[in-house]
Amino acid sequence: MYPVRKEGRFTIIELNGEVDLYYSPKAREQILACLNDRLNLLVDLSRVEYIDSSGVASLVEGYQLARDAGIEFGLVGVSPAAMQVLQLAKLDQVFPIYDTVADALEGRRAGVQG
Amino acid sequence: MEKETLLLELHFPSRAERLQAVRNEVRETMSRIHSLPCDVDCAVIAINEACMNIIQHAYGAQQEGKIILQIFDLGDDLLFRLIDFASPVDTSKIKPRDLEDIKPGGLGVHMIHEVMDECRFLKCPEGVGNIFQMRKRKTRNPEQ
Repeated sequence: MYPVRKEGRFTIIELNGEVDLYYSPKAREQILACLNDRLNLLVDLSRVEYIDSSGVASLVEGYQLARDAGIEFGLVGVSPAAMQVLQLAKLDQVFPIYDTVADALEGRRAGVQG
Repeated sequence: MEKETLLLELHFPSRAERLQAVRNEVRETMSRIHSLPCDVDCAVIAINEACMNIIQHAYGAQQEGKIILQIFDLGDDLLFRLIDFASPVDTSKIKPRDLEDIKPGGLGVHMIHEVMDECRFLKCPEGVGNIFQMRKRKTRNPEQ
């Protein structure tokens, strides 16, 4: 199980290590469980050393489920390794991405001025 | 005819839990020939995604088989070859999908095409299911 914590209105799942075909089903299960409980969700990717397309697919599924249900969903502290893969999949412009949880609480997206 | 120097030949079962060890072998092999980090990352991403396709689609959830990974140094290029013994796949159905259509699946083929310069299936000898070959031009080290 990946660590989960609460901060403000968000539940935060901290993915870590290598999120690949073996580990991504566990990440997917936890993400979908939080969203099924209608929790506003941030997925912390700061300790992710590698993520493959199956891990990214879990994030996309979560993003779509949250959007359709009107729940907040975002990625926080995206590591360089994870960002490289999001950019390859052209998803860095799709997900709400925040540098820190404080930024997410204030709705201040990464790379957006003001 | 280009000279192919075999850098790595790895035989492993088509199991998801083996992928981490495969990625580590790829990183070590690429480091041994002083590849730049960007080339190491490209090789790891493409080989991992291609292995996933073999595990999930060629062998499928119901069967397990052997995968062989070969890495060759061609001088200016690197060649990555993945061999499996599953039923031949319908290569006409393997295409990168439109990324404008945001959905969970089908990203792997796109990622392979993004990080490699050339990818194709080779004609297989008797007894082999599929041979997928990827080629990447080495990034020149600006300090050399």
